[in-house]
Amino acid sequence: MKAKVYITLKNGILDPQGKTIQHGLEMLGFTGIREVRAGKFIELFFDGLSHEQARQAAENACQKLLANPVIENYEFIMVEEEKG
Amino acid sequence: MRFGVVVFPGSNCEHDCYYMLKYVVHQQVRFVWHKERDLAEFDAIILPGGFSYGDYLRTGAIARFSPVMEEVVKFAQRGSLVMGICNGFQILCEAGLLPGALVRNAGVRFVAKSIYLKVENTQTRFTQKCADRVLQMPLAHGDGNYYADAATLQQLHDQRRVLFRYCTVAGEVTPEANPNGALDNIAGIMNETGNVMGLMPHPERACESLLASADGLQIFQSLVV
Repeated sequence: MKAKVYITLKNGILDPQGKTIQHGLEMLGFTGIREVRAGKFIELFFDGLSHEQARQAAENACQKLLANPVIENYEFIMVEEEKG
Repeated sequence: MRFGVVVFPGSNCEHDCYYMLKYVVHQQVRFVWHKERDLAEFDAIILPGGFSYGDYLRTGAIARFSPVMEEVVKFAQRGSLVMGICNGFQILCEAGLLPGALVRNAGVRFVAKSIYLKVENTQTRFTQKCADRVLQMPLAHGDGNYYADAATLQQLHDQRRVLFRYCTVAGEVTPEANPNGALDNIAGIMNETGNVMGLMPHPERACESLLASADGLQIFQSLVV
């Protein structure tokens, strides 16, 4: 099982990285893109935990380390790993 | 006084701090490895600049959980002096010892240059010997853009806890003098009890006239009683 964690800057926090990406896209001729916000994507892979335990662990990880609540929001989804 | 200079993997300003405290300010000083847990011998702790843990995840985010930081939090809660410079400031914010956060510079680029700081409050343990109201010193960071929510910002101003703001050579706090987009040109703040301070510029790199400016010395001299 794994958690796909998405971390984004809160509204109102300046995102110079997103602005730079947006500028790059405009240079390439993309139109109609109102705004670009850049964030982080983190995957947590779990072993030996129930779905609920893994969900709780992901929640704790986000609160304690993965996101800084002063400037960032987080959300995550739990997914079964694809069998290789 | 006895100073401890904390060394994290990736710190790179610890020798500047050590040299300056020992040979310029003539105090006792020792490096403190990030795995140490005993700070009983110290009167003050310096968190130096650098790129602790490679700045991975967020600046200061991993350093905050190192063994020594648990002790630094207790050390600060006992009222002892803690000063964070650059990455040290970022770590203090991540650790919750100072409010707010330091985010990516507004211009995205790493900024390294000499700047001027207006000393906003000289009635503190960190600025009491600042004879000049404008200090010149270098700055070098990619994430120095100070952010706090409106209520926190108001409280910082009301309680006179903003100690340094970016300014012109004449001491005017202007948007042009702001190198990184920091709210209200904020370069350094202290905690509510006045014993923890963080600033983005590097006073330890401006302590001898040979280094173009000796203004940073005034901050370190303020610490020493």
